[in-house]
Amino acid sequence: MNLLRPQRLMSKTEIVVDDPTAPEDDSPSVVSSGTIEIFVCLLLLALAATLGYDNWRTGASWDSTGPEPGYFPFYLSVILGGASLYGLIVALVAHRAAAETFVTRAQARRVMAVFVPTLLFCLATQFLGLYVASFLLIASFMRLVGKIALWKSLLTAVVFTAIMFVTFDIAFDVIMPKGPLEAAFGH
Amino acid sequence: MEAFGLLLHGFAVLLTWKTLVLMMVGLVLGIFVGVLPGLGGPNGVAILLPLTFTMDPTSAIVMLSCIYWGALFGGAITSILFNIPGEAWSVATTFDGYPMAQQGRAAEALTAAFTSSFIGSLVAVLLITFLAPMISSFALKFGPPEFFAVYLLTFCSFVGLGREAKHKTVISMSLGLLLAGIGMDTVSGNLRMTFGSAELLRGINFLVAVIGLFGISEILLTMEERLALRGHAASISLRVVLSVWKDLPKYWVTLLRSSFIGCWLGITPGGAIAASFMGYNLAKRFAKNPESFGKGRIEGVFAPETAAHASGTAALLPMLALGIPGSGTAAILLGGLMVWGLNPGPLLFVEHKDFVWGLIASMYLGNVVGLVLVLTTVPIFASILRVPFAAVAPMIVVSCAIGAYAIQNAMFDIWLMLGFGLVGYVFKKIGIPLAPFTLALVLGNRAEDAFRLSMIGAGGDLKVFWSNGLVGSITTLAIVLLFWPVIDVLLARVGLTQRSEPEPPRGESPLDSSA
Repeated sequence: MNLLRPQRLMSKTEIVVDDPTAPEDDSPSVVSSGTIEIFVCLLLLALAATLGYDNWRTGASWDSTGPEPGYFPFYLSVILGGASLYGLIVALVAHRAAAETFVTRAQARRVMAVFVPTLLFCLATQFLGLYVASFLLIASFMRLVGKIALWKSLLTAVVFTAIMFVTFDIAFDVIMPKGPLEAAFGH
Repeated sequence: MEAFGLLLHGFAVLLTWKTLVLMMVGLVLGIFVGVLPGLGGPNGVAILLPLTFTMDPTSAIVMLSCIYWGALFGGAITSILFNIPGEAWSVATTFDGYPMAQQGRAAEALTAAFTSSFIGSLVAVLLITFLAPMISSFALKFGPPEFFAVYLLTFCSFVGLGREAKHKTVISMSLGLLLAGIGMDTVSGNLRMTFGSAELLRGINFLVAVIGLFGISEILLTMEERLALRGHAASISLRVVLSVWKDLPKYWVTLLRSSFIGCWLGITPGGAIAASFMGYNLAKRFAKNPESFGKGRIEGVFAPETAAHASGTAALLPMLALGIPGSGTAAILLGGLMVWGLNPGPLLFVEHKDFVWGLIASMYLGNVVGLVLVLTTVPIFASILRVPFAAVAPMIVVSCAIGAYAIQNAMFDIWLMLGFGLVGYVFKKIGIPLAPFTLALVLGNRAEDAFRLSMIGAGGDLKVFWSNGLVGSITTLAIVLLFWPVIDVLLARVGLTQRSEPEPPRGESPLDSSA
């Protein structure tokens, strides 16, 4: 797989970047927009019910000083629930007609190629600290997903992470989560 | 002329080396953000916001607003050279800008785009300079009922005037308002919707949500597209610039018309995207030979660019004067104000003169510096597109995570950002607009407080929202706007209105703005 690697053809007047692994136009649909819409509406409906119940418990009526804390959010939950229910019905009715593609298989593969590394990056940040995770993400993404030369990937990752460290932790005093590596250097 | 004196004071605040350097840094970062795919004005501002946490508010807002100007300028570069709109509001610029580049007139098109952007912003800044102080001094008389009525008006106009399916706007807005309510209730001190979680106690931070919704989801969406591009490299010579500028007076009607459209749509929640299409369509309609549009006519670049910039700039007017953002980016700047400890609203003009006038002065200066900067550095920025997306994408992810973490120093916020990234991706794909969500999230608590304070003041009587002429007319207007689609249909049936609004092509929605 040669995902996302731009092949550069330098010329004086043109900039050309290719995308050889672009999702094919004829890739089969994984799921239709209508199905996702129904799913989202159901989720929102459940959320509205949960939040609505919680606010009703907190107190959603009026006392002597005006509305209780739950009043405003309770009615918002009702509005959210109503709109989701309406959306659900519309989506169910429209579902029988034309099915619009939500995502094709090729697109889903590319989206996952970004989403999964991002998820792993968040996990790594939790345990290894942000800077180590950032180095790992950039280097491995460039190497494995972008098929860019190993030395370029490593160099970019080191330089970028170092710039971030200097800018945030040192220059602007914005402290990032640290892990065992930084601890070893006394940060 | 009081405004003029204060403006001069603003320039005095601004003219220090530190501020000027920050301004340049902001502009360069902004153009960068505008050119790169998968990043836009609001993301750029949101991601870079943490950099400003330790600055004084004036330097911070100058840098952030310059990022915004830069992003507005940057969007035009990719539209004209590559036929890829870097920003949604640059779509209309591609119609004539790219044909011009194909005919070898790229430099001319770019100069036209940058110059008209500059003119559009300038008109809007002039409007802000003279109108904002007046509105804010008027708004100083506002009590909680008036404020709630204004918030209601903002929300209702989104629902009533938006082009998306109404129930989707309502879903987006009520969800935003609900999430804004999570955590400690400011009036009673009770906990709401926390479900016993310590992390939710702080509430859902607006900026974390924005970084996820716009930053992470944008990367996911970008990956679905074919990322190949082919375009023209261009550099701009002084001769071309001068020849375009010499012809400028000929197009004064177009420029002025687009500026007005932009200012109007910027203040009302129409947004830069709607403004650019409307500017383009009206220029086409009033032209002597409309069929020559789309084939590389310079007016086709002037019209949308002027309108988009006027609108993007004018969106800051309600934010400064009333504390109500007119666009997504303005909403993020508003979030920034709160982080720096300023209370947005009409009191800003009284309590923080340095800040407000420094910001307004920076709009003038930032646009001049920005114009010079883009005209001289276009080739460099165009070549940024040669950097493979496989290198850009992880860097954006890391920047987003840093931004999200820095706001409250919480690991939970990084996870929250990831969650919002997924939500943003799904919402955008099924047509639930994100702009109302953003607006609701940033204004939710203030709207609720205003409502409850009015209720406490009036002893729970809803009639307080019609208690005097001012609040009554705002509330009534809000309700009329909410039901505008219904009223519009009824009026059309009676034959009073003719629907002739130009529809933006490609199903671009004006309100789902990243403006």
